[in-house]
Amino acid sequence: MTASADTNAGLFSRIKLRRSAEFRLDIQCRFPQRGTTAIHGPSGCGKTTLLYCLAGLLAGDGDTCIRFGGQTWQDRRVFVAPHQRNIGFAFQDARLFPHLSVAGNLAYARRRARNSSGPSQGQVGDWLQLQDLLTRYPHQLSRGQQQRVAIGRALLSSPDILFLDEPLANLDLSSRREIMTHLQRLQGETDIPILYVSHNLEEVAKLADWLLVMEDGSILAEGPLQQLSAELSLAVAQEEQAAAILSAEFDALEPEYGLTRLSLEGQPLYIPGLKASAASVALRLRIPARDVSLCLSAPQDSSILNILAVTVEEIEAGGASRLLLKLRLGEQFLLARLTRKSVVKLGLQVGSRAYAQIKSVALLE
Amino acid sequence: MNSVAAIWLTIELASITTLILLLAGTPLAWWLARGGGALRSSIEALVAMPLILPPSVLGFYLLLAFAPQSALGSLWQHVTGTRLAFSFSALVIGSVIYSLPFVVQPLQAAFRQLPEGLLEAAATLGAGPTDRWLSVVLPCCGHSFLAAASLGFAHTVGEFGVVLMIGGNIPGETQVLSIALYDHVEALEYGLAHRLAAGLMAFSFVTLLLLYRRGNRGLGRLSA
Repeated sequence: MTASADTNAGLFSRIKLRRSAEFRLDIQCRFPQRGTTAIHGPSGCGKTTLLYCLAGLLAGDGDTCIRFGGQTWQDRRVFVAPHQRNIGFAFQDARLFPHLSVAGNLAYARRRARNSSGPSQGQVGDWLQLQDLLTRYPHQLSRGQQQRVAIGRALLSSPDILFLDEPLANLDLSSRREIMTHLQRLQGETDIPILYVSHNLEEVAKLADWLLVMEDGSILAEGPLQQLSAELSLAVAQEEQAAAILSAEFDALEPEYGLTRLSLEGQPLYIPGLKASAASVALRLRIPARDVSLCLSAPQDSSILNILAVTVEEIEAGGASRLLLKLRLGEQFLLARLTRKSVVKLGLQVGSRAYAQIKSVALLE
Repeated sequence: MNSVAAIWLTIELASITTLILLLAGTPLAWWLARGGGALRSSIEALVAMPLILPPSVLGFYLLLAFAPQSALGSLWQHVTGTRLAFSFSALVIGSVIYSLPFVVQPLQAAFRQLPEGLLEAAATLGAGPTDRWLSVVLPCCGHSFLAAASLGFAHTVGEFGVVLMIGGNIPGETQVLSIALYDHVEALEYGLAHRLAAGLMAFSFVTLLLLYRRGNRGLGRLSA
């Protein structure tokens, strides 16, 4: 699932950059060579600046060192210009060439592709559904369509790594969903590593394998998404949309109820709809912390279908009215957001056994 | 026949001047729009000077510079073997300086408005600096190049003060349209003067009309 196995290749970066008296980027990390790495953090934390440095659109200060594969992109003596780095970059504001049609924009990238191994225009057009747009000009496209073309254009330059800078920001919900589906398709079709900058946890949960959390120009945490999403200390867990990411296996269909039964650490979990799949495929689930409540004994007369036996692993410290709890479920973790009053009333402590009632589960793939 | 020679000379002068201005003005405008440094404001002011100076001031100093005993004049004489003052070459040099802002300023405005983001996008797609220039800057600023060239050409055609000071009035060499017109008026040949004056009026109007029509169309396309 993650690319932690081959950390000696891929993209290494040590970037120092002072942009103003208040903001300074100071980062050292090695990005996974495969899959999608999400760079998450509040706006202004330096996510985009980091991508710009990696792309060569900004030059880091003297100590900066960026290496990709066997090449050095920047160190004390070397600075490789952006057009000589084999990257694809989809900007937040699309940046399509206004004097070229969609087909012209795509051809612009294809003509300058550094190698012929990348996807063809037909493939990219198919993945992102661009065929009907080819003769139009950028100003005739909706924002969502522009963004799709921009991603397609970046792919057609046959990049070795793809940078996506908040490609779904500024889009309405339906375009967001639509492009997200296209991006998931893309992930299945190509093995180009993707760096995905986003401040939206839902996107991150859907698309990323590896997570890099940034704050004030530095890295707060990095690791597999599932692990980090349950870290109570991280801002990721503190946000209102905090959710645990878990993986489960397909178990059986219950067609008479229109449900699919999954097996999550040996316990049954139902999701709506009939989604048959091979038992060996890990299905990724997202369970929001606010949709989880706890009982000390197994409820017999609850309408809630999904009730899982858990052990309290960690309780958020502090005197806030609502607390976040990390719940162990075999090798994985759930998050629950409860009122402090409930935690006290039930006498919940680290090690307590309890039953988690889950109101909603979203299947991410 | 006098008029025809003057018209041809004027067209020749304006064409050569416009060509030189496009070649030299483009990098200058690019530097003014995108480059920077301490010198920028001073250069910008120098470029704009012909807009507000009486042409006779410019002509006076050029006349001094072109004189055979001046550094430029004697160097020219040494290299080419011909006199610079009151020559067609002197007119070209004077016109280039005089019409410089009319070419540089529209280009500078266009370069300044061109979003940096488009050039960054082109770079990430593998386009080097020259490629970016030819494939993004040139087509995106195409209208402004046309405007700059038209204004430069038309303004050179309409030049009088500088020409009078540095060119004199030599038929076939320095007698351009506006000077010929002046001659006709001096000689009380109002019929001939009318032909030239009306012709110039019509030329100016048509040039500007075409330019504005294209500009309005282009504006509609870009703002949509």
